[in-house]
Amino acid sequence: MPRTLLQKLEILADAAKYDASCASSGGTRRTSRSGGLGSTDGMGLCHAYTPDGRCVSLLKILLTNFCRYDCAYCVSRRSSTVERARFSVDEVVRLTLDLYRRNCIEGLFLSSGIARSEDDTMADLVRVAKTLRTAHGFRGYIHLKTIPGASAALLTEAGRWADRLSLNVELPSDASLAAYAPEKSAGRIKAGLATTRTLIEDAATARRRGPGVIGKAPPPRFAPAGQSTQIIVGADRADDLTILGTATSLYASYALKRVYYAAFSPTGHPSAGLPQAATPLVREHRLYQADWLLRFYGFALPELAAAAPAGMLDSAIDPKLAWALAERGRFPVDVNRAPRELLLRVPGLGVRAVERILVARRSGGLRLADVARLSGGGVTRARPFIVTADWRPTALLDEAHLRRRLAPAPRPVQLDLFG
Amino acid sequence: MYAVRLPPDADEAAFREAARGCLAAVLAPRDVAFVPPDAPSLFPPPPAVEALPEIAVPRAYAELLHDAICHRAADRFALLYDVLWRIVQGARGLAANPADPAVARLAGYAHAVRRDIHKMHAFLRFRPCERDGRSVSVAWFEPQHYVLRRAAPFFVDRFAGMDWLIATPTGTAAWHDCVLRFGPPVEKPPQAADAVLDELWLAYYRATFNPARLRLAAMRSEMPRHFWATMPETTQIPAMVAEAGRRVAAMRAAAPDPPPRFAQAVAAQGAAVGMQRPDVPPATAVPPGPSLDALRAEIAACRRCPLHGPATQAVCGTGPKHAAVVLVGEQPGDQEDLAGAPFVGPAGQLLDRALAEAGLDRGALYLTNAVKHFKYEPRGKRRLHKTPNAAEVTACRWWLDRELAALTPRLVVALGATAATALAGRPVSVLRERGPVRFGTRPGYVTVHPSYLLRLPEAARQAEAYAAFVADLRRIRDLAAA
Repeated sequence: MPRTLLQKLEILADAAKYDASCASSGGTRRTSRSGGLGSTDGMGLCHAYTPDGRCVSLLKILLTNFCRYDCAYCVSRRSSTVERARFSVDEVVRLTLDLYRRNCIEGLFLSSGIARSEDDTMADLVRVAKTLRTAHGFRGYIHLKTIPGASAALLTEAGRWADRLSLNVELPSDASLAAYAPEKSAGRIKAGLATTRTLIEDAATARRRGPGVIGKAPPPRFAPAGQSTQIIVGADRADDLTILGTATSLYASYALKRVYYAAFSPTGHPSAGLPQAATPLVREHRLYQADWLLRFYGFALPELAAAAPAGMLDSAIDPKLAWALAERGRFPVDVNRAPRELLLRVPGLGVRAVERILVARRSGGLRLADVARLSGGGVTRARPFIVTADWRPTALLDEAHLRRRLAPAPRPVQLDLFG
Repeated sequence: MYAVRLPPDADEAAFREAARGCLAAVLAPRDVAFVPPDAPSLFPPPPAVEALPEIAVPRAYAELLHDAICHRAADRFALLYDVLWRIVQGARGLAANPADPAVARLAGYAHAVRRDIHKMHAFLRFRPCERDGRSVSVAWFEPQHYVLRRAAPFFVDRFAGMDWLIATPTGTAAWHDCVLRFGPPVEKPPQAADAVLDELWLAYYRATFNPARLRLAAMRSEMPRHFWATMPETTQIPAMVAEAGRRVAAMRAAAPDPPPRFAQAVAAQGAAVGMQRPDVPPATAVPPGPSLDALRAEIAACRRCPLHGPATQAVCGTGPKHAAVVLVGEQPGDQEDLAGAPFVGPAGQLLDRALAEAGLDRGALYLTNAVKHFKYEPRGKRRLHKTPNAAEVTACRWWLDRELAALTPRLVVALGATAATALAGRPVSVLRERGPVRFGTRPGYVTVHPSYLLRLPEAARQAEAYAAFVADLRRIRDLAAA
């Protein structure tokens, strides 16, 4: 019996939810004031949040969950007994427009199982994006998954219609990928990321080349919101430092906007040889914190390694605090004198708090109460590590004591809803 | 003490005018009470003045006012006037000092207002309705602050081609025939049934939720409960949460899937069409006197040293099999690693220029590297070249030897020390041995790597070194022709 649109949506949204990417940010400013439907302002918007704490920004679906591949970690692998469905191009276009007009979504995130060849699958994804853009003047956000092994010509077209492209490396090492995803190849995935980076840079260079001839359209944009990737955490045995090492290489190599870390989560269709329980969400959270330290706080991977014995980040405290406890000799830091780079290393002070401190201290010496106001709740963690006009940590406490004081008490699993 | 009358939804202009009146009458903040127009007050209005003064305020104050005025807190006017008063008294930088308690409080208000605007953009839902024979999208929304005027332009940008009406408890915004009009509050419009919102959207919200990751506090902090009333999907949350535990337990208990019937058929089909990992080396060994194509497939799958891990791909040599000259560089760089071809980056472009000047046709040469994978150190969004160590050069010499065995060059040219060392099998100094040499039984030539020319700091030395490099290439051309 053919499935209804509702049934297809249930199956194909369920299959797509394991992709952590939800961003609708980056890219160009567009509005519908000169025609068409939709807008993007580069900031992105979360239209709802589900009880898993994740935002609903894009209509995140697969075109089909029929797949020839047998990747152990994937709910849609060919040996899974999950129900299968397939959208037509028009169904996805209509769903996207209908939900967009009701202000439920920022746009579309479209991925797909590989039912036929890589190129056929990629061509279908491109057709959806092209139809939205050309036949309906859709100016909302489009995120397309690229299929490893798809031709460069199809990638070029995908980038012309999509704001963002992504290609998941899935597992942190080539060896894991070979073991868990027999038909996937790390080489092909990296080659895909490399092609996309080259296309992004070529398009940017072409558009930069001075003012164009009057009446001649500028060269087309290519994925103005860049590309991203995802690593599954906890399906294989790779430790946190291995994962962060892979992420560091990926950021350096492929001009990625984001590396997403997705804690492995059971799907109800387990595959032999994989863990049955979900990876603790705190592990994913610590990886994101470390990722931020590496990208925005001037930390280098070996520094984090020093505070991550056995290759794993401390799950009880955030990685910056763990580092500061291991490096107590560098503290206290004087918030009225220290340069930006040093302030960024103080636990509890985020990028925004540091910017505020730098502005505020021009108007006079800061006291502890000022730092408290400027840093939100972060001052509790910052106190043992800073000096202000009226505060100096007397003797730096011994590590065990500090840890106990600063690590949040383990909380019981929270299940109340209306507290 | 004087009472200044301002309506609760007073905008910037109304506040500016009231404040200018107070400043003209030189009323200190402690002498002013801001009260709603209809509230009883014992205090008289401020004394009338002839002409209101023009007051230039710092940008930081204007920005603070722009947002904080929309907050519903009763003390916002008094705080804004207090800061303004002190600015006029000479504290020009006050509004930019986040450590001042009044400024900090107003900054908090401003932040709350911006967040409320943002949440209105995000959480408002339109329902299509028929009105006077036209389709109009209607929304009822209850913002926390007076943000309707600030939030409406976003919907114009996004839905300029539709007619829509946004109703809130404090007023309406309507977009009709490409004109935006604000109006007084209306009754909450009845909710028209809509299959897209009430069925598809609700189904999507349920399906995209992962019960194994319950994080209610995170959901509530981003989507506070007071917004739920106008978001149809949130009615399902209690049931979704209640079922989550059972669903996770069922997942844990599930036995591994037996493969479905079609899985084996697909696998068989895949095997028939040769679906295999392209970087797995073919089972058969490369026959003696290997063809270049076979060699390339083997190099692509190389795991002889750890450099393959972070690199994109192995970069093999390119050029005709019977090239008279083989140029050997050090290793692929960033661009070569992406493209999978040697000498395409900045050093490659310099080499092209030098080859053309020396009268050598790049298409007639065979170009390769001593090491086939790019060795680098990640540094933010860039990769810094790292010189391969002796072990890596030795591991990769295996491929260089086989490459040379498959070719019939008259001259093998080492560009730089790494290539020379790999070819000679001993440490070579380019400075000392520059010029014709022998690599084993093969006639060879040692010169600098073109990237060396790019690294020279001074233009004069660069030009000199470039000329010497071109001179070397001319000798190479002559030696190969002899």
